[in-house]
Amino acid sequence: MAAVADYISKAGENAVELKAQARAESLKLASLTLPGLLIIAVIVLVPIAWLFWLSFRSGDAFTFEHYERLLHPSYLSSLQTTFELSFLVTGLCIVLGYPVAYLMTQVRERMAALLMMFVLFPVWTSLLVRCYAWLVLLQRRGIVNNWLLDVGLIDAPLRLMHNFTGTTIGMVHIMLPFMVLPLYASMRAISRDYMKAAANLGASPVQAFWQIFVPLSLPGLAAGIIIVFVLCLGFYVTPALLGGGRVMMWSMQIERNVTYYSDWGAASALGVVLLVMTLAVLWLVGRVIGFDKMLGAK
Amino acid sequence: MLSSPATDTQITHGRRLWLYVLVGLILVFLVVPSLIIIPLSFSSSRLLAFPPPGWSLRWYEAFFGSLEWRSATVTSFSAAFLTMILATAIGTLAAYSLRVSQSRLFQAAFIVFLLPMMIPAILIAIGVFLLYAQLGLNNTLLGIVLAHTVMAIPFVVITVAAGLRSYDMNQEMVARSLGASRPWAFLTITLPQIKISVISAALLAFITSLDEVVIALFIAGGDNMTLTKRMFNALRDEIDPTIAAISTLLLLLSAILLATSQFLQKGSGRR
Repeated sequence: MAAVADYISKAGENAVELKAQARAESLKLASLTLPGLLIIAVIVLVPIAWLFWLSFRSGDAFTFEHYERLLHPSYLSSLQTTFELSFLVTGLCIVLGYPVAYLMTQVRERMAALLMMFVLFPVWTSLLVRCYAWLVLLQRRGIVNNWLLDVGLIDAPLRLMHNFTGTTIGMVHIMLPFMVLPLYASMRAISRDYMKAAANLGASPVQAFWQIFVPLSLPGLAAGIIIVFVLCLGFYVTPALLGGGRVMMWSMQIERNVTYYSDWGAASALGVVLLVMTLAVLWLVGRVIGFDKMLGAK
Repeated sequence: MLSSPATDTQITHGRRLWLYVLVGLILVFLVVPSLIIIPLSFSSSRLLAFPPPGWSLRWYEAFFGSLEWRSATVTSFSAAFLTMILATAIGTLAAYSLRVSQSRLFQAAFIVFLLPMMIPAILIAIGVFLLYAQLGLNNTLLGIVLAHTVMAIPFVVITVAAGLRSYDMNQEMVARSLGASRPWAFLTITLPQIKISVISAALLAFITSLDEVVIALFIAGGDNMTLTKRMFNALRDEIDPTIAAISTLLLLLSAILLATSQFLQKGSGRR
C-alpha cells in the first residue's frame, strides 16, 4: 500500500515537473519570434505611434487642426481621386482577372502552368520597369499613339499619360496578378462534379456557370478585391509617374507635405486617415470572409 | 478540334473561342509592355521609336560608364543581399515558432508579422524617415537594410509557414527522442525538408528589397542612393533611354529568379 502511495505521489511530482518543463519549452519557442516582433515594432509600429501623436500636436498643445485642415477642398478632391481610382482599378481587375483565372482552371495542367508564368512574370518584374514601359508606350509620340495613327483610328495623338487614363492603365497592369492569384486558388478548389451535376439536372452551360461556379468562387474574388483595393488606396509610385502631377492621390499628399513643406502635422494626419481607411476595409472583409481564408487563398 | 466539347458542361471549343482570344489579349497586356523595352534598349536613337531606327550598345555604355549608376547598383544589390539573409533568418525562425506553438496568443502574433504588408508603404516610409532622422540612419546602408528586412519578413513568414504546413513535425520529435537537441533536430531534420520554401522565401526577400521604391525615396541618398530611387527620379524628369538598358538587365534578373523559383517548386512536387 505504502509503495503505491509513494508511486502516486512520485507521479504527481513528475507531472508537475513535466508541466514546468513544457512551460519553459514553450517560452523558449516563443522567444524565437522575438527578433521579428522587435524589428517590426521598432521600424513600423513605434514610428506610426509617433506619427499618431504628432497628428494631434501643434507646438506643445493638443489640437485637431491638422485633421480640420483635411477638409480643405484640395484634400477632399484627393480623397475622391483616390477612391475613384481604387474602385475603377479594382473593377477592371475583376473584369480582366476573372476570365484568366477561369480559363486556367479549364485547361490541362501544363497549359495552366504556362498561363501561370504569364501571370507571375509581371509580379517578379520591377515596378519601375513596368511604369517605364508604360511611359514609353503611352507617350505623345509613343508606340500606342503611332500605331493608332497608322491604323487610322485617330487623327491626332491622344493624351494617354500624365493623366487619369495613363494612371488607370498602369495601375491595372500592376494589380491584375493580385486579383488572378487568389481567384485561381479558390476556383481550383471547386469540384468539377458540381458542374457535371448541374448539367445533369438540366442547366445550360451558362446557367451552370452563373448559378454554381460563380457563387463558389466568391471567397477568392473577395480576397482579390480586398488585396487590390487596399494596395490601390495607398499606392504611390505609379500614380506619381504616370499621373504626371495631375492625379493627386492621398499618398502623394503625404509625400508632398513631408518633402516640400516638412509639415509633419499634416503628413501624419493624412497618414492616420489612410491607415484607418485601410484597416477599416481589411476589418470589414475580414469579418465577412475571415482572415484565414484571405491568407489561405494567397 | 473546335467542335469537340471543352468542358464537363459540353461547351465546345468553338463556342468559347472568344474566351481564348480574350484571355490571350489580357496575357499580352500583362507581359508584352515590359518586353518592348528590350529592343528599345539596343536602339541607336534617343527617341525610343519602335522599331528602332538603328542598333547600338550606347545606352549600356552610358549605364556602365556612369559612376552614379554603378554606385547605385552596388548599393541596391548589397542591400538586397543583406536583406535576404536577415529577413530569411528572422522570418524562418518566426514561422517555425508559430508552427510549433499551440497557443492562441501566437496565432495573433502571426497578424503582426503581416502588418508590414498591410500598412500602406508610404506611411511606413515617412515613419521610418522620422525615426532614422533621430537615430542618424538616413542615407546609410544599415538603415536601408533594416527597413527592407521589415518589408520582406511577411513574404518569408507566409512562404515558410506554407512549407511547414505540409511537413510532419513528428519527424523532429523522433530525432529528439533519439537524443538530438531541438536546434540540432531543426537544422538536420526539419530544415533540409523545407529548404525549397526557405530558398523561395529568400528569393522573394531579395527581389522585395531590390524593387522597393517608396521607402528608399525617403531614406536612401548620398553615397547610399539605391537604383530604384535614381530610376524614379530619372523617370520623373525625362524618359532617358539609359533606363531602358537598366530595365532590360533587371528584366533578365527577374526572369532568372522567377524561373528558379518555379523550377524549385516543381522539383518539390508542389505548386
